[in-house]
Amino acid sequence: MSLLELRNLTRRFGSLEAVKDVSLAIEAGEFFTLLGPSGCGKTTILRMIAGFDAPDGGEILLDGISLAGVPPEKRPLHTVFQSYALFPHMTVAGNIAFPLEMSGKSAPEIRRRVGETLELVHLADKAASFPHELSGGQKQRVALARGLVNQPRLLLLDEPLGALDAKLRVEMQSELIALQREVGIGFVFVTHSQQEALALSHRIAVMRDGRVEQCDEPDTLYTQPANRFVADFVGRINLVEVEVTASSKVLLGLRSPCLGEIAATDPRPLAVGERGVFALRPELIRVHGHKESADLKNRFQGRVRELLYLGDVTHYRVELEGGQRIEALMPNAAPGRAKFHEIGDAVWVCWRHDAGVFLRD
Amino acid sequence: MTERRGVSGDRVKWAVMLPPSLFLLVFFLLPGLIVVLASLRETGEFGGLAPLAGVASLNAEAYRFLAGDLIYAEILLRSFAVAALTTLLCLLLAYPLAWLIARSPKQRRDLLVLLVILPFASNFLVRIYAWIMILGPAGLLYTPSAVIAGLVYVHLPFMILPLYTNLEKHDPALLEAAQDLGANAWTRFWRVTFPLSLPGIFSGAALVFIPVLGMFAVPELLGGTGDILIGNLIKGQFLDNRDWPLGSALSIVLTACVLLLAALAAWAAKRGLHGTEAIT
Repeated sequence: MSLLELRNLTRRFGSLEAVKDVSLAIEAGEFFTLLGPSGCGKTTILRMIAGFDAPDGGEILLDGISLAGVPPEKRPLHTVFQSYALFPHMTVAGNIAFPLEMSGKSAPEIRRRVGETLELVHLADKAASFPHELSGGQKQRVALARGLVNQPRLLLLDEPLGALDAKLRVEMQSELIALQREVGIGFVFVTHSQQEALALSHRIAVMRDGRVEQCDEPDTLYTQPANRFVADFVGRINLVEVEVTASSKVLLGLRSPCLGEIAATDPRPLAVGERGVFALRPELIRVHGHKESADLKNRFQGRVRELLYLGDVTHYRVELEGGQRIEALMPNAAPGRAKFHEIGDAVWVCWRHDAGVFLRD
Repeated sequence: MTERRGVSGDRVKWAVMLPPSLFLLVFFLLPGLIVVLASLRETGEFGGLAPLAGVASLNAEAYRFLAGDLIYAEILLRSFAVAALTTLLCLLLAYPLAWLIARSPKQRRDLLVLLVILPFASNFLVRIYAWIMILGPAGLLYTPSAVIAGLVYVHLPFMILPLYTNLEKHDPALLEAAQDLGANAWTRFWRVTFPLSLPGIFSGAALVFIPVLGMFAVPELLGGTGDILIGNLIKGQFLDNRDWPLGSALSIVLTACVLLLAALAAWAAKRGLHGTEAIT
């Protein structure tokens, strides 16, 4: 049995259907992420799990028991709010003790658990501080400690890293992974940042307009996106309009109006003439100055139009002969050379036949 | 460059602070000193004050007189009790009202606040006379209850407004967090809303308690002979008895008591309100 199960969950606000028939299962100890642009319904789902909002249809089961009609204060799950929502009139220790007091724990046990949890989030020296005396990262950790201290069955996190600056966010990501592994509590994490989702999650559900577009492990999501939206939303990608020209068991022939023939591979039997999009990650494309070194089957001539030098890598935007623009990412891995090509250079762009995926429309 | 900016910044600060400081000096501190002086002088032949005949003529006779008769201490104490009761009743009435206004839709809040302050549009005495007409037929006129009712009615807006200003700023996420962590409605109020509203309660209490102490019109119009407060006493000494030194001494005692109380409240607030500054 799954720890948490969402069955055909639906929520309407007036004429707007914020969540449409969503079914998901979250396992014990799992770090599960709801990923999507703002307004996709991910926060609405989180609020329904917490009990602050009630579904119009479907049900939510925790350990196989429906949560319908159970108020938020009676649900064995806690939320880490985007704004942290720390009680400003209580100390750090007071904030963390709050859920323990609510569940009627004894004073010695509260003291012990608060102490342990403060250690867990490296804030033992801040027990007597008030929230307004803490930095953003420290507040974040108090909010996490408060959510975890009473050992809920599930911790819900609503964009908890959104308010932190970029460097701190990366630090907190590592801490969050370590923390989740240590406490073994299931996390349901809501974010609009695909990078955060990929870095943190065991599984990710990508949402759009109230629906789950794909629910998979991060690497599957990245390498085998189910559709154009997921491919485009998760990571950077080139999308080329194509039509199937040949399909055997593994090999797939595609034709693009701009590029001509593309050799690809797909285990699915596809009908000749089927239209779709060929999705290709920038880091799987090679850019060469000479035709001879570009020895792969998919090889196209073009000119560098833009480049973005990022130190470790360079993003090239190459305009191919047919007018199609392709983005390629090359590591600057040659000693003594900053980058390989300049704007205006004539180049050859190539990729392996199994580099991209064909997505049906 | 920065130094010059600092100097002109100081100048702006002085320019802004000077007019109110001058005003307070001329119309608050100076009259206060005059009253202190008056309390130490002699009564004139026909009441008022005797001509000032040098420092030697100053004496604490009025204070000695006050200390000699327990009735003054009793009236002072009763005034404090009436002020405290009025403040408490105002708080009990104002809190739910302020909470409801703060929780109503944003576009309706301004209208509701306007309704709270609307009574100020008509004259204070007219409104008290209206209470005479209300209480008269009910047989409550000239009783202690009538005085309390009038005092509560007059001062209620001064409690509602600071409470509303405070409650309106509360982050609703705090209540959601408390609920999420297992607190029921009652606990959410006592552990979150109430402690965070203490600054509003304190300012509302000060705005009600202190004016009630000096109030003389309401007890005079609605109360019986036994319901006089320290304010009536002071007014009586100045206007009826024409014993200005005694009236001044009473004023000074009252002011000293209020200042002492305010200092105590400030001290208590500093100790007990940690963290709530963030929302006031």
